[in-house]
Amino acid sequence: MTDAVSQATRPGRAPIYALVGNPNSGKSTLFNALTGLRQKVGNYPGVTVEKKIGTTYSQHGRPITVIDLPGTYSLAARSPDEAIVRDVLLGRRDDIAQPDRVICIVDATNLERNLYLVHQVLDLGRPVILVLNMMDLAGSAGLNLRLARLEHALGIPVIPCEAVNGRGVLELRLAMSRADLPLSRHNWDIPAPIAPAVSELQASLVENDRKQPLIARAEALLLLTDQNPVRVAGSTPLSARTSAILAGWKQRWEREGVDWSGTLVNSRYGAITRLCGEVVQRSDRISPALSDRIDRVFVHPVWGWLVLGAVMTLLFLSIFTLAEYPMNWIDAEVAALGSWVTRVMAPGDLRDLITDGAIAGVGGVVVFLPQILILFFFLGLLESTGYMARAAFIMDRLMSRVGLNGKSFIPLLSSYACAIPGIMATRTIEDPKDRLVTILVAPLMSCSARLPVYLLMIAALLPGDRVPVGAKVGLMLLMYALGTVGAFGFAWLFKRFLLKGEPPLMIMELPPYRLPRMKDVLLHMLERAGLFLRRAGTIILGISIVLWFLTAYPKQPGSTTPEAQIAHSFAGTGGRLLEPLIQPLGFDWRVGIGLVTSFAAREVFVSSMAVVFSVDHFAGGKRADVTPLRTALKDAVWPDGRPLFTPLVCLTLMIYYVFAMQCMSTVVVVRRETNSWRWPLFQTAYMTGTAWLVCFVVYQGGRALGF
Amino acid sequence: MASTVKLSQLPIGARATVREFPHQGPAFLRLREMGLLPGTAVTLVRTAPLGDPLEIQVRGYHLTLRKTEAEHVLVEMAGGG
Repeated sequence: MTDAVSQATRPGRAPIYALVGNPNSGKSTLFNALTGLRQKVGNYPGVTVEKKIGTTYSQHGRPITVIDLPGTYSLAARSPDEAIVRDVLLGRRDDIAQPDRVICIVDATNLERNLYLVHQVLDLGRPVILVLNMMDLAGSAGLNLRLARLEHALGIPVIPCEAVNGRGVLELRLAMSRADLPLSRHNWDIPAPIAPAVSELQASLVENDRKQPLIARAEALLLLTDQNPVRVAGSTPLSARTSAILAGWKQRWEREGVDWSGTLVNSRYGAITRLCGEVVQRSDRISPALSDRIDRVFVHPVWGWLVLGAVMTLLFLSIFTLAEYPMNWIDAEVAALGSWVTRVMAPGDLRDLITDGAIAGVGGVVVFLPQILILFFFLGLLESTGYMARAAFIMDRLMSRVGLNGKSFIPLLSSYACAIPGIMATRTIEDPKDRLVTILVAPLMSCSARLPVYLLMIAALLPGDRVPVGAKVGLMLLMYALGTVGAFGFAWLFKRFLLKGEPPLMIMELPPYRLPRMKDVLLHMLERAGLFLRRAGTIILGISIVLWFLTAYPKQPGSTTPEAQIAHSFAGTGGRLLEPLIQPLGFDWRVGIGLVTSFAAREVFVSSMAVVFSVDHFAGGKRADVTPLRTALKDAVWPDGRPLFTPLVCLTLMIYYVFAMQCMSTVVVVRRETNSWRWPLFQTAYMTGTAWLVCFVVYQGGRALGF
Repeated sequence: MASTVKLSQLPIGARATVREFPHQGPAFLRLREMGLLPGTAVTLVRTAPLGDPLEIQVRGYHLTLRKTEAEHVLVEMAGGG
């Protein structure tokens, strides 16, 4: 049992801190300020929630561990992220001990709602340090906070802070370094109808579920806040006795007409409101906040759309133009690396493995890193300025037509550039089913890797050397439209039949606009990109080598052309095996080889076709001149002499790439974000299956119509 | 007794006090925990360009909620019914 002054559990060991707070309270900024680059990001085993642990230093230079828990509004968890906060604070998790002390960060500009979580955390009986962040904004909003009053009322250290400027961080570190911290003076009166139930439940939880007394009390209060006891209990079901007691009380209250859950929440807010009445002095502000004035334009029925359109345009422009320079540079460097290895190593399989397998494969993924970085940067910017919430607010009505909520909009939008950041951005979607559906359909939004395939096919499809711009644009738009329709169609289908759930809520805070803190945005960008590279990197390397192996073996005896070699290889055999399957779509075994190899990444299709149709010295890369390839394709024929790449076949092939899952990086990222192989495999199956079906209809229909 | 209207029926910019709040439903627990309780002052700030969801100001911050939820919250307009 703890007494009035708490000490670290083992003398000499620095206490472990948990950092909790509402979303948008500046928690990440504070965490970054405390820990800098000494952060580790992983996953909580068994769930798709990120585990973030960092190290800061006490005033004496001793390392202190800080766990950055996901932002939450209440311990009555409604999402996996919030469940982790509850479970870690209650000491339920095996992989992480109950934190010794808690740092609660609150937004000083809306203290009441922020204090609700603090009120719950204080129930746990652990030492708490309260950080009042955004004091500068509170000042400019005309709020005068009587900190001494607050400290006295709560009995815990209260530290004013402006995390963006670093003010208050030193004081926080000093407080964290203290050997003993006072426990709070947290006596609140549990309302009379509920109090006996709390005591009974607490007693039962101690006796039958073997919880510690303070944790038992906190759990009892949670059971009486959330109407769903199964959700509160999490992975450890309640003992039969406790469940019975709970059910009994609920029945009694039902009979007596007592709103037990509302009563507890009311009671907490009552105490909080009284406290804030003493602590917060508001000077009368007549003019509306700047944020409000900005929103009058940004969420305006007319201007709002223009702003959204401008943001989207800026996003895509930066992807398709800014990214060009680094991408070209990476292309060149990868090619140079390959040439160097070719010069330096003796000819042979090992050299080919390295150049054509490892370097080409991994290089093909790394070349997209600039786009991925730009996207993460942009997404981070949108999030930290607060515009992301506005975009979700505006688009919610449309998204709810297919059963999603507005928060899916930005991830899906980003997938137009690259699905990987889009899928990683779905973390903001609270409901796991909605998140999963968004992840499943994101790759259907035509990503930029499909462009080389589209461009090649359009060049092959349209006669003449100069492709009329109108036709080119029209065809591209058609492909984008198909992908978009597919994504929303499948989203609706999945929400309706496969992943049925309650319609998503749209209860979301619209934080005030804030200037983004570049350090945080850049850190976030590097962290996300690093995660992608680390997780996907090894698997991509492995698959690249496997794919190289499939094209290099078995070896054609004697001196051989690349065209003959690939025809003779496993990939070639694979293509021939595939031929009966893809012939109804108008493809032959050589296209089949392309389909197999481009599973690594869509743009590999172009270079594979160059090899298969023996285009010498095909430069490859993103800026390839496709004219020699186009000529080769136009001349390609079936064994009976019919042209292979008729306009219909070109169109069908484009459509195939709209729908098929041809990106191992995406598969790997989906695996990481969903914590199992089941979903990425399902995704590959449904996407490629749809591709086959649609192409079948298009090709056969086209043939029937005489094309 | 002053007349109450649905939260969703408030004119833009109007201030009101929450009078009746549903007891059941996952949305309402969350709304309560976010500070929307009987006796709380709210202001309807705007609706989204497509008409839904609504943006309200409560306890010093801005919150969104859908019309389907707002229809169950009964409020009394400031300055009499």
